[in-house]
Amino acid sequence: MLAIDVISTIFLAAGSLIMITGTVGLLKFPDFYTRMHATGKCDTLGQILIILGCVIYEGFTFITIKLLLVSAFYLLAGPASTHALMKAAYVTGLPVWKKGDKRM
Amino acid sequence: MILPFLAVGIIIACTILVCSYRAIYGPGTFNRIVAANVIGTKAIVLLIVVGYIIERPHFIDIALMYAVIAFIGTIIIAKYAERGELCSR
Amino acid sequence: MEMTEMKEDHRTFSIALTFCIMFIFWVLLSAWTVYLPEPYDLSKVSRGILAALIVTFLTYEIFVPGKGEKVLLKMRRFIPYVGWELWQIYLATVDVAKRVFGILEVDPQIIEFDTTLRSDFALVTFANSITLTPGTITIDVDPERGRYIVHAIAKGPADSLTVDQTMQKKVGYVFMEE
Repeated sequence: MLAIDVISTIFLAAGSLIMITGTVGLLKFPDFYTRMHATGKCDTLGQILIILGCVIYEGFTFITIKLLLVSAFYLLAGPASTHALMKAAYVTGLPVWKKGDKRM
Repeated sequence: MILPFLAVGIIIACTILVCSYRAIYGPGTFNRIVAANVIGTKAIVLLIVVGYIIERPHFIDIALMYAVIAFIGTIIIAKYAERGELCSR
Repeated sequence: MEMTEMKEDHRTFSIALTFCIMFIFWVLLSAWTVYLPEPYDLSKVSRGILAALIVTFLTYEIFVPGKGEKVLLKMRRFIPYVGWELWQIYLATVDVAKRVFGILEVDPQIIEFDTTLRSDFALVTFANSITLTPGTITIDVDPERGRYIVHAIAKGPADSLTVDQTMQKKVGYVFMEE
């Protein structure tokens, strides 16, 4: 019982660390496109790890399946919404930051 | 074993607060849309964690519905920003 | 989809597969909490079957699209690919974290390249894979020529797509479109 608690706590801590990394990237990166890199990737792995922590804590019940379903849905939907936003910005002509430019 | 969930919930709530800086001050429309998208993602995880804190795992159903609605909302806003109109005749 | 060209046996197969998946989905989502505590109640299970049937006849053309030869073989090849993709998500996050905290440089550029992929599902899978692998995000896809416009965060990730082409070969192997 104790081992399960420790393992799930490790997963939760790793997930929240990755979420903090994504947030720092959202604030720190210089333009819209690079910010999408930070959020699109860090949030995907962060929510997978936090949900895995919950799954390990829960054991195998029907709630586990719903949790994995949320995770799998986000794994499909996250890249799709990232792609939609990138295409919208690119089509409307938002300028791309090159190295040495001013922050946008 | 409620303490780790409480800590994770507080951390995610703080990151949502920090993200709302980008949503309020971020230059241009698209930075604000990204911030709203990220807040939506974090809110899904926060709903699940809150469900464990108050020991009511049926919050997961709400999290599932919120995931679907946030996805559709992001797609609609992106398409609107791309075309400038919602449906073309 | 080409409804008229769809063969009759393939149509039966696709309806059956969609119905099975939808019914399993219904059981997983609602039956365990609502219905199955009182077993042997066929009227409640029949509601689930009815709902699954309605969804099946609305969506089977999209769910198992036309020209669906070797669907099971593709599914079997797809599962190891998902495992490889999860490992790539881990690598991508480590890469982004290094760039956030200033260990690696940020030098964005936009690249374009052609692929041999043509079918919708292969194009979508490859676009999602590009978004989830280190340092690259898909911006636009031209399905006629299989042309991708990709935003890469530095020169290294861009070269991994245009020069190495590991992922194109993997997706082409899964969907048999090399």
